[in-house]
Amino acid sequence: MDVLTQNFSLYGEGFWGTVKLTVYSSLLALGVGVVMAGFRVAPVRALRVVGTAWVTVLRNTPLTLLFFAMLLGLPRFGVALPFELFAVLALGCYTSAFICEAVRSGINTVPVGQGEAARSLGMTFGQTLGAVVLPQAFRSVIAPIGSTLIALTKNSAIAGSFSVVELLSTYKTLSENGYSVIWSFVWIAVGYLILTLTISALFHAMERRWGVAR
Amino acid sequence: MSLTALSPKRAPRTGQDAPSALYDIPGPRARARHLVYGIVAALALLALVAWVIHLLVDTGQFAYVKWRPFGYVGVQELLLRGLGNTLKAFALAAVLALALGAVLATGRLSEHRPVRWVSTLLVEFFRAMPVLVMIFFVFVALEVQPLPALVTGLTLYNGSVLAEVFRSGVVSVDRGQREAAYALGMRKTQVMTYVLVPQAVRAMLPTIISQLVVALKDTSLGFLITYEEFLHAGRLIAINMDYTMPFIPVVIVISAVYIGLCMLLSWFANWVARRERGNLKNEAVPVGRAEAAPTMPGTRM
Amino acid sequence: MRTPAPHPPHRVVAVLGRALAAALLLGTAACGAAGSPPARGPQPGKLPHYAVDTSFSLPSSPTWKSARERGKLIVGVKEDQPGMGEKNPATGTFTGFDVEIAKMMAASLGFAPGRQIEYKAIASANRETALQNGQIDYYVGTYTINEGRKKLVGFAGPYYIAGQRLLVRKDEKRLRGPQDMAGRKICSAVGSTPLQRIQSDYPRAEAVAYDSYAICVDNLLNNQVDAVTTDDTILLGYAAKDPGALKVVGKAFSKEPYGIGVPRQDRALARALDEAITAREKDGDWKRAYQVTLGLSGRPAPKPPRVDPALTR
Repeated sequence: MDVLTQNFSLYGEGFWGTVKLTVYSSLLALGVGVVMAGFRVAPVRALRVVGTAWVTVLRNTPLTLLFFAMLLGLPRFGVALPFELFAVLALGCYTSAFICEAVRSGINTVPVGQGEAARSLGMTFGQTLGAVVLPQAFRSVIAPIGSTLIALTKNSAIAGSFSVVELLSTYKTLSENGYSVIWSFVWIAVGYLILTLTISALFHAMERRWGVAR
Repeated sequence: MSLTALSPKRAPRTGQDAPSALYDIPGPRARARHLVYGIVAALALLALVAWVIHLLVDTGQFAYVKWRPFGYVGVQELLLRGLGNTLKAFALAAVLALALGAVLATGRLSEHRPVRWVSTLLVEFFRAMPVLVMIFFVFVALEVQPLPALVTGLTLYNGSVLAEVFRSGVVSVDRGQREAAYALGMRKTQVMTYVLVPQAVRAMLPTIISQLVVALKDTSLGFLITYEEFLHAGRLIAINMDYTMPFIPVVIVISAVYIGLCMLLSWFANWVARRERGNLKNEAVPVGRAEAAPTMPGTRM
Repeated sequence: MRTPAPHPPHRVVAVLGRALAAALLLGTAACGAAGSPPARGPQPGKLPHYAVDTSFSLPSSPTWKSARERGKLIVGVKEDQPGMGEKNPATGTFTGFDVEIAKMMAASLGFAPGRQIEYKAIASANRETALQNGQIDYYVGTYTINEGRKKLVGFAGPYYIAGQRLLVRKDEKRLRGPQDMAGRKICSAVGSTPLQRIQSDYPRAEAVAYDSYAICVDNLLNNQVDAVTTDDTILLGYAAKDPGALKVVGKAFSKEPYGIGVPRQDRALARALDEAITAREKDGDWKRAYQVTLGLSGRPAPKPPRVDPALTR
């Protein structure tokens, strides 16, 4: 318990770092993921190819490798971003592939009649997707997106090994200050549990509010 | 992974694929419009690719000296040794995770309440923890060597996820199967081993393999605790000044191998799924649902 | 029967077996040049030979005792610092000043440097863990002695006093020391002490941080940054790789005493290493080691430091 009370600001900083990483990467992942899902069901072949390539490459790449490639590769072209931004880019792009697949399977759950009705009203692809199908798909993808974002929170721990301030990396400072390693880790674990349980509760509430009755 | 969207000629016509409901079979004008969009998108894509290639050429990434290290046996052996270490960690973690998954699933399906509670608690806890936290905990706090630390972390995490896969597989076997087996006078263990588990494993095989893809990808976390795996070997080449620091060539080679390996495993999962779908032995089990795709670590919360 | 005959399981095994065999064939058929790509910069002649103290015994040190039983020492070094501790990817051999120090220490402890040392590359972030969980017997790798680390590991030495300086391009005229850094791009590794010092003491310099010094040097050569700053040992190592394009300038503006890391409770080993350092400094081995490594950069050997007995008390 002493470890927590005496180092509250250190833990707070790490916790806040993880929260920031999670929030920014989630926004990026949701944005890119939905766009890519749109690409993957679009009538234009080139867009479908882009979407498929994006998902295939990113889903089959280890996240550590993605961090490694960005941190070593981008500086080669003179891109000197703060490491937090590199981390958000890596996490966001990686997760967007999974969001894309969740959204795409959500689109598949919308009854065919909905799309057909929209088309018979003369709606274009953009209108059908944006005004009719996606809002309904949203209802059925709440749960999978929630799980994906929880996974993102957990994956953000990797950023700590690439010099970003986050929850896991606090153990380093604590052990240098002579605190018990085991207890340091216990509070790190509690921190992650708080985050994942919060996201889980949030998405449960959303699911109850808007989700498809099952 | 599903490639339906890749076959554009078929998708709009079959009428079974959901995407087809999103747009009409294009008429002459729509086709012309789509052609224009297609050309614009393709041009934009080409421009992007050309720009990236220009950037790579401009910074001399395709220069002979940057790729020369790969021509040396010693460097090839270093990379192969790294890959070997990656596969070793993967093999150990996969076998142990399958075993742990079986044990925990049995625990969760147990008739004894304490056993059930303990297994549920373990499964839920290990699934909620970042796998890297577990690896670091074992490595730093328990003072263990890198390989066992990596394998332990991967086993605990993937074992818990697999336990849930096994459990839901057993639960989803048609009730009639269980009832029939009991009616024949089988004991619980017999019902499990002879009737339920074989059917569950068949149905869940694609999901299980997908989870193994996750384990394969996560072996690269060993890089962070000085386990000398594939990425570590690549880094050593990438930052060597005698080799003119070939970052980009190394990233290209390493990602190609990783993506290839993971896709091979995913393809295997799909092959199994397709094969199982046409298998008479699976009549009693709805196998169509299990989807094969590399899952994100911890997606199945 | 509406389905084709299901594949029996041994088909799968056969397919896998064939795939594995093909992969192995590919692996063994890997062809290419032997040896390693040509190294850059001036090369050392013959490396010095260190006399092995075969009669040495230190039963009071648990680390030494288990190493003796094992028949070899396991030494932690850096693998990515040219001039200090660098692993040749193609041949797997380690070179550098720290590696030479590790060798002469092994010789003094009664182990033959040629065949009784196993090197383990340990990154900065994992040094304390590696010493705590017994992965290595001792660590020689640009390891600055400081208060925080003293709580986690034991130290012998110092065997070298490094200092923070600047690495610039050979044609650089205006940047001659920390006083000229205002408005210039100065590169260092993320989270490192040298970077923090630049940010706090020289706020007018434009600090740039990358994952490793290699990226900094790469960007220095490509004119993306104006200087790289960290311990002069590391900078001299890079300068020795390309003396025609790089040089180390200015006075040192920090003091970094390098120590040999040992397990915290093993005072006996630390004391034995202290004695060994003093002896090797006296008989000239220390200087010979400098000349075949950091000395290649053109900078003459400094005076070796005195070991600090307070560290092992």
